[in-house]
Order: sequence, then structure tokens, then C-alpha cells
Amino acid sequence: MNLNWRDLARHYLQVMAFCLVIAVVTTAIWPEDGYWRQLVYSLCMGTFIWLPIEFGRFAFLRPGETGWPRGWRGLALTALGIGVGFFLGSLAAQALIGGGPLEGFMQGRRDRYTSIIITVACGLVGSYFFHSRGQRAALDARINAVERDAAEAKLKLLETQLEPHMLFNTLANLRVLIATDPPRAIAMLDHLNSYLRVTLSGSRATAHPLAAEFDRLADYLELMSVRMGERLRYTLDLPDELRTLPVPPLLLQPLVENAIRHGLEPKVEGGRIAVQAQRADDGSVRIAVRDTGVGLQASQAAGSDGAGFGLTQVRERLATAYGAGATLQMTAGADGGTAAIVQLPATALSLTLADTPPSVHPAAPSTTRSATAPTP
Amino acid sequence: MNATALIAEDEPLLAAALRAELAAAWPGLTVLASVGDGLRAVSEALRLLPDVLFFDIRMPGLDGLGAAMELADNWPADERPMPQLVFVTAYDEYASRAFEAQALDYVLKPVQPERLRKTVARLQQALGARAAASTQAPAAAAQALDAALAQWRQLLAAAGAGMPADAALAAANAGATASATPPGGGPLRVIAASDAGGTTVRMVPVQEVLYFEAADKYVRVLTATQEFLIRTPLKQLMAQLDAQQFWQVHRALVVRAEAIESVHRDEAGKLHLQLRGRPEKMAVSRLYAHLFRAM
Repeated sequence: MNLNWRDLARHYLQVMAFCLVIAVVTTAIWPEDGYWRQLVYSLCMGTFIWLPIEFGRFAFLRPGETGWPRGWRGLALTALGIGVGFFLGSLAAQALIGGGPLEGFMQGRRDRYTSIIITVACGLVGSYFFHSRGQRAALDARINAVERDAAEAKLKLLETQLEPHMLFNTLANLRVLIATDPPRAIAMLDHLNSYLRVTLSGSRATAHPLAAEFDRLADYLELMSVRMGERLRYTLDLPDELRTLPVPPLLLQPLVENAIRHGLEPKVEGGRIAVQAQRADDGSVRIAVRDTGVGLQASQAAGSDGAGFGLTQVRERLATAYGAGATLQMTAGADGGTAAIVQLPATALSLTLADTPPSVHPAAPSTTRSATAPTP
Repeated sequence: MNATALIAEDEPLLAAALRAELAAAWPGLTVLASVGDGLRAVSEALRLLPDVLFFDIRMPGLDGLGAAMELADNWPADERPMPQLVFVTAYDEYASRAFEAQALDYVLKPVQPERLRKTVARLQQALGARAAASTQAPAAAAQALDAALAQWRQLLAAAGAGMPADAALAAANAGATASATPPGGGPLRVIAASDAGGTTVRMVPVQEVLYFEAADKYVRVLTATQEFLIRTPLKQLMAQLDAQQFWQVHRALVVRAEAIESVHRDEAGKLHLQLRGRPEKMAVSRLYAHLFRAM
């Protein structure tokens, strides 16, 4: 923890201002001493209460805490500060101008406890003041940091979904089609339109139905197949019972993009992509993106580590939406390509689009299992 | 002016479009063939020996840069002058600032007719100068070859220069590079590499490395006595090496300049180099032969 001198100076000035007020109160109680003497007592005590608390905080703080120690450590620090401050402050005041609370004690004056009560009360009020201000500042800082992180994450997500190379190549193709094949140009533009719409709003919406997700994948794959021609063939397979399953928008898009970019694009003859959603026996949902591309190892060796970023995004979004119950696995495909398999917990089915963030429901009752006919 | 060209572009529509735009901008140009991948780009170029090459940078099999390097070494320069090379790319990912010197040899997709006309004008001018040179003494032809190689080298360097940024960014995001950049930037000092078994990571001081060689899946790191493997691509690695110390001498080979003992020319005119402390002979690409011209 590093000391901030401006903060220290500000804190001490606030302490002194507080002492000016206390001196007014004590002057009212003991008018015979006069305001200036009371002010000296007040300033001495204030200073010696403030010093151990201000610097003691750093000794009491645990790693990761800022500002004020939590729980009993904070209370102990305050008590320590008040005790030390009362004693040392009185001594200091006595040394400066004589008299003061300690002398009052030794003379056995009747109001000897009043000064202790005032000191304790003022110490507590002052500590509470600084404590709550510190809390608020820390909270503000945390809110700022979280907002910044969220904005950054959204931007990164957008960048992965809207890869400039893909966009410009699509536009270049569109330009050709406008002159040579206007109906196809219009169809391509429609796909681009719905793809962009979800991409640009996707970072705001938290969920859409799996059927919509598959439609967007179809848009993307259709755009890519205009570009790649014969080199890209694809199938999308979504059973009716899973059409309404809510999923984070464009969750699967990076998987399909990876399959194309790192699987099929490097392969001269191109290949096939199959996206298939399935309900497993235990009620969980499996969504597989399989390609017949160059395979995991070859694409990694080609230095296309960018794939890792897209996968990290998918994993993070899965964790946010479903907790630890959802997984993403990359495996070698049966025919040499790659298979990306997303597994959603059975609880995913009982979520509705309104659940944001989705609450965790108990596992689906076993009766729903019989209703789950395996898809042909 | 009549000339021949080869188009290498993996997206069929864009290949057709480039062909159509070229027909308008340069009626005298015959497009001999249009291929969809880098390997066929090399084989067709060597078969057809065109005057101009339009290469897409991102292509399956072998990318445009790889195809150009391969071609530079195998082009029969005695029979045909080196072709003019133009890179065509969709997105400005290859740092177009690096291309400023060669701006006309770098065409962005979608191809704008006006922009293409400027490139065509430059190509016609270069081909005209080449034709004039070939009628003169052999010395002039040799000079023309040097000039063509220099142009290719600059173009490849510019295209390559854009790549490390892209690749390094991707690698930083994935956290999966085999080598670590020192925190303050500057050239790499230590390379984290796996040994032959792949179970242990070895920290190899760069000062001990004699050369790097790209194998199909890895880059081999060789010291005087040992060999290690890393996964960082050569292009990306080079951006982190001191260019004074390490020279690229071939598409797949980067050697420590101080370790080069001798360079040898064989009967076919190809250069081979020998490193101190290593038994093997290594081929030098024609593109980098200028490094070894006797001072």
C-alpha cells in the first residue's frame, strides 16, 4: 500500500476542522478554560487519535483490501486510536499549556469522565465519517472498473464476430454480384443484413432462442459459401424440441468461424461443416460443430492461435450463462477434421428468455426424459 | 501493350471480377489461367511463364507470400525475365503503410477500376523497360533481374511486415506462443522451446542459436550441439529477432549472420551456405542472394 500525500493532507485538514467544532462544544461545557485552551486540547487529541488510525490501517489491512480494514479489525483499530490518542494527546496538551484532562483525573474532578466520553464519541464519529467515505470511494472505483471491463469485453466480442477480413471480402463479393447476378446479390445482402443486426445488437441482448441462433449461423455460412463456392458445404440440424432453448446470441458463431478459418480455408479442396444440436439421455443438450478441415494440430502448427481467443470467449460466455455445468470441448473429428462440442446442463432447458442472468433451477424431473425421443 | 498474366485467388467470384476489371483496364493483357490455391499458383506460373502475377495473400495450401518465395527460387530466369508481382487483398490487414513504397503493387479488394488503371500503367511501364533491357547486353539483363528481385523482396518484406502484428496479437490473446517477448520490447533474448521429447521446456539463450528452420508443423531451433522445437511461426519470430544478427536466407531459413562460414555457388548457379559448427549445407534463396555478393 502506497501513501498518497494529498489524501493524508486532506484527511488531517478534515480532522482539524472537526476539532474546531469539538472545541466549541467543550467550551460550552467548561467555559472557565476558554476557547483557545479547549482548541489546543482538542487539536492534540484529534491529532493523536488520527495518527495511529491513519497509519495503523496499513498494518491491519489484509491483501486485497483497500481503505479501511473489515469487521473487528476496523473496530479494534478505532479503539486503539482513541485510547492512544486520549493518553498521548492529553500528555501533549499538558506539555504545551498545562492542565487538561489528565490533570483533571489526578485532581479527581467530578467531570473527569465527561472528557473521556467526549473523546470516545468524537473519535467514533470521526472514524465513522472517514470509514463511510472510504467505502464509497472504493465502491465507486469498483463500479468504474467493472463498467470498463464490461465495455472492453463487449468490444472484443464484437471484434471477433465482425472480423474485418470477412466483412471486406463479403463486400467485395457483393460488388461483383450486383453487376453479374442481382437476385443473388439481394439474397447475399439479406443474409449480411440479418447477420450484422444480431452481431451489433448481440452484445446487448443476453439470450435468444436456439432456432434464431441456427438462423444466424445459416446467414453466416451462406455468406461464406458465396465466397468459397464449391469449397464449402454445410448442414444444420436442430430438433424441434430444442428450437426455443435460450442461448446467448452468437454463442456458436466463433466455433463455426474457426471451423472455416482454421479448418476449411487452409485446405485446398475445402470441406464440410455440420452443426447439430441433440438432447442427451440425461437431459443435457449437446451442440456439435464438426468440420472436415485440416484438423486441430495442423491449424495450430500453422500459427493460427487466433482460434484460442474465440474459444476463450465461448467458454466465458458459457460460464456466465450456465455456471460450471456447461462445457466446451475441442476434439479431433472422426474424418480428420475438428469437432467443437458444447454441452449445456439439463437446467438450460428450464430457463426462459426472461432469466437474465439465468437462475439455477433444480435438475429437470426424470419424467421429462421419456419425452425426449432421440432425434433420428 | 500485349502481355500475359496469371491470377491466383481462392474466391471464384472475386477472381472473375478481377479478370473482368483487367479486361477493361488492359485490353492487351491475356489472362492465361486463374487458380484457387498457392500450390497451383506456383506450378501454373512455372508452366505458363506469364509476365504478370496477381496473387491473393490469403490462400489455401500456400499463402501468396509463400507462393511468391517458392516461385522466386524456381523461376527459370535465363529463359524468361522475372514476372511483375502484384498482391491483391481484401482487408488492409497487411499494414498498407508498409506498402507505401510499393503502393501500386498492392491492390485492395474490391478492386476499384481507377486504382487498377494506375497499377496497370506501372506494370506496362515496367514491362516496357524490361523489354528494352533484354535487347541490350547480358549485363543489362542481369541488372534487370536484380531490379526485379529487389522489387519482389521489398514487396514480400512489406507484406510480411504486416503479418507479425496480426499474428502476435492473436498469439497474445491466446497466450500460446512458444517464445516470450521481453517486457520492455526489444529483441528476444531467451526462447522457451520444447526438447525433442516434448515433455520439458528448455530456456534457450538466443545468443547460442545458430539458425531457425521452419519444418511443416514447427520451427526447429538449432544451436551448435542441440535441437529444439517451437510453435511460433518463423515470420512472427523474425519480428522479435535482431535483424542485424539474424538474416533470412530462404523462405524457411533464418541464420545467425556471424556464424556463416562460407557461401558456395553450384553448377546450376544456386547458392549454398555453410555455418561454423554445423555440418549441413543450406540452400540460399535467389531473393536473398544479394546478401552474399562479394564486397
